[in-house]
Amino acid sequence: MGSRASTLLREEEIEEIKKETGFSHSQITRLYSRFTSLDKGENGTLSREDFQRIPELAINPLGDRIINAFFPEGEDQVNFRGFMRTLAHFRPIEDNEKNKDPTASEPLNSRTNKLLFAFQLYDLDRDDKISRDELLQVLRMMVGVNISDEQLGSIADRTIQEADQNGDNSISFNEFIKVGNLQHIYVWAGDHYLILTYILLSVLQDCLCSSV
Amino acid sequence: MGPFLDFNPFDNLLCILLGISFTVWFTLLLVFIIVPAIFGVSFGIRRLYMKTLLKIFEWATHRIERGAKDNNHLLYKPYSNAIIAKEPTSLEEEINEIRRRGSNRDLDSASEFEMSDIFYFCRRGVESIMDDEVTKRFSAEELESWNLLTRSNYNFQHISLRLTVLWGLGVVIRYGFLLPLRMKNFLSEQVHLMCYRICVRALTAIITYHDSENKPKNGGICVANHTSPIDVIILASDGCYAMVGQIHGGLMGVIQKSMVKACPHIWFERSEVKDRHLVAKRLSDHVEDTTKLPILIFPEGTCINNTSVMMFKKGSFEIGSTVYPVAIKYDPRFGDAFWNSSQFGMVNYLLRMMSSWAIVCSVWYLPPMTREEGEDAVQFASRVKAAIARQGGLVDLLWDGGLKRGKVKDTFKEEQQKLYSKMLVGTQEDRSRS
Repeated sequence: MGSRASTLLREEEIEEIKKETGFSHSQITRLYSRFTSLDKGENGTLSREDFQRIPELAINPLGDRIINAFFPEGEDQVNFRGFMRTLAHFRPIEDNEKNKDPTASEPLNSRTNKLLFAFQLYDLDRDDKISRDELLQVLRMMVGVNISDEQLGSIADRTIQEADQNGDNSISFNEFIKVGNLQHIYVWAGDHYLILTYILLSVLQDCLCSSV
Repeated sequence: MGPFLDFNPFDNLLCILLGISFTVWFTLLLVFIIVPAIFGVSFGIRRLYMKTLLKIFEWATHRIERGAKDNNHLLYKPYSNAIIAKEPTSLEEEINEIRRRGSNRDLDSASEFEMSDIFYFCRRGVESIMDDEVTKRFSAEELESWNLLTRSNYNFQHISLRLTVLWGLGVVIRYGFLLPLRMKNFLSEQVHLMCYRICVRALTAIITYHDSENKPKNGGICVANHTSPIDVIILASDGCYAMVGQIHGGLMGVIQKSMVKACPHIWFERSEVKDRHLVAKRLSDHVEDTTKLPILIFPEGTCINNTSVMMFKKGSFEIGSTVYPVAIKYDPRFGDAFWNSSQFGMVNYLLRMMSSWAIVCSVWYLPPMTREEGEDAVQFASRVKAAIARQGGLVDLLWDGGLKRGKVKDTFKEEQQKLYSKMLVGTQEDRSRS
């Protein structure tokens, strides 16, 4: 039998992942097939090179940061559980989940966790603050060489000014959350297709007023 | 004493039976396969074979599905072209959409940067992790129904005795019957066309040629999409071509050298391939001589898994002669013809080919195309590629087949960055004007 058959997911594992992430059975098997096709070394884990082999990800300006989000602190390999845990952030919140048992731990795709994921894309050193430098780094990644340092600097300053409330010249997670509202847009694409969330932030009305 | 006496007549009987069956087998072989092949006549047996196989496959898949339902879990259905629905919107549209939805009021004067902008890139990135257009073209296509080959099954568990027996029977037939038959046929020596025709029969290749009036003529270039070395056999059994390519070592090299004796082909040493001018010159010399056979070229440069057509290298389109496009589409239910050269060697691949059920494919000869005024080679290549993709029902991709082995160029990332910067800086200019 081919190598695929020997690494089929066991039922218990699928159940555990289902409970932890909330994905359905068919979604998990689909993503498992994706995981194994990316895993060229066939050792059950993905390295950063495996991700970078996806051309569309390699040309994404934030590609490296997104890849980083999959790897826990200081590690170079991610197994299927870790892979699913990160992807779970992108599941939409369904209505029946809102009334679940309040004593259960917060689901991975809760609002707070989604925002935390986005926050950590900015906050590289994980000190729970987005400093001016970190903001500049992300901006630089997105614009490449096409905008000068001074212009970029002024954009960064303006953004921090709008969001910062306690005057420490950086954006903490609480300030990040308060900057705007959350909205969800999900794209249903039929059976066996995955649902994506679209996370948005909005800027407070007076922030917009003051910048104009 | 008794038992020994019993064995003797039994042995004799067995030998006689074996002898008779072998003779019958060889005669059948001769009559039904080799003789018609020489005369290009078909008995229609293969089509009947195909129909029977299809019915069996459907039954097998049905059994697996039923078995899975009994065990109360959903079957993994691999056959879907995408797991995410992507809308074809531009960078600017999408980021504005994000900003607009986030804000509670109209944004006539778009602000220059929002923290929410990263979500566009974030979403694109995670989408491509879940499913992208390119990497799946370099592995074998996934099938809707199981064709009793373990290599294409992802749900193989013991579902029922009947299914296992059928699979076992399939193995016996394929390895014990079809494989030796084909090995023997494959090694026979014949005249050029006859040889290829026998190969076609040997692989139980059921090929349907469409629009033969557009077949490539002398002095032209024939381009086709590339899935496996069998493409060559398929095309060459319907017409004579001059091949172009690198001289390989090993089994391929031997085949190439023997082919040169029959027809004038254009083989290059590996070092010569680097010199594009030399290659172009030799090709155009060949083409100008209208008595010479049409050149057969596969512009993708590598084997793709027959679900898409990847970027065509512009070299063959610069020469300026008539191009005859050909679309080849395999039916993957009977045996996947895709050669993943980074995974299997040639011999391994041939073994797999010869032990599959059959090779079923359709060949469409498209009307000839020439380069138009003001069109450069790259545009011409894309036009031909689009025509081939449309005819074969394949996805037309801009990505380079070279991505199978190499990394993507940074220029694409720089393009995205430029687009985004234009958005930010552009708004700045608007604001300073107002």
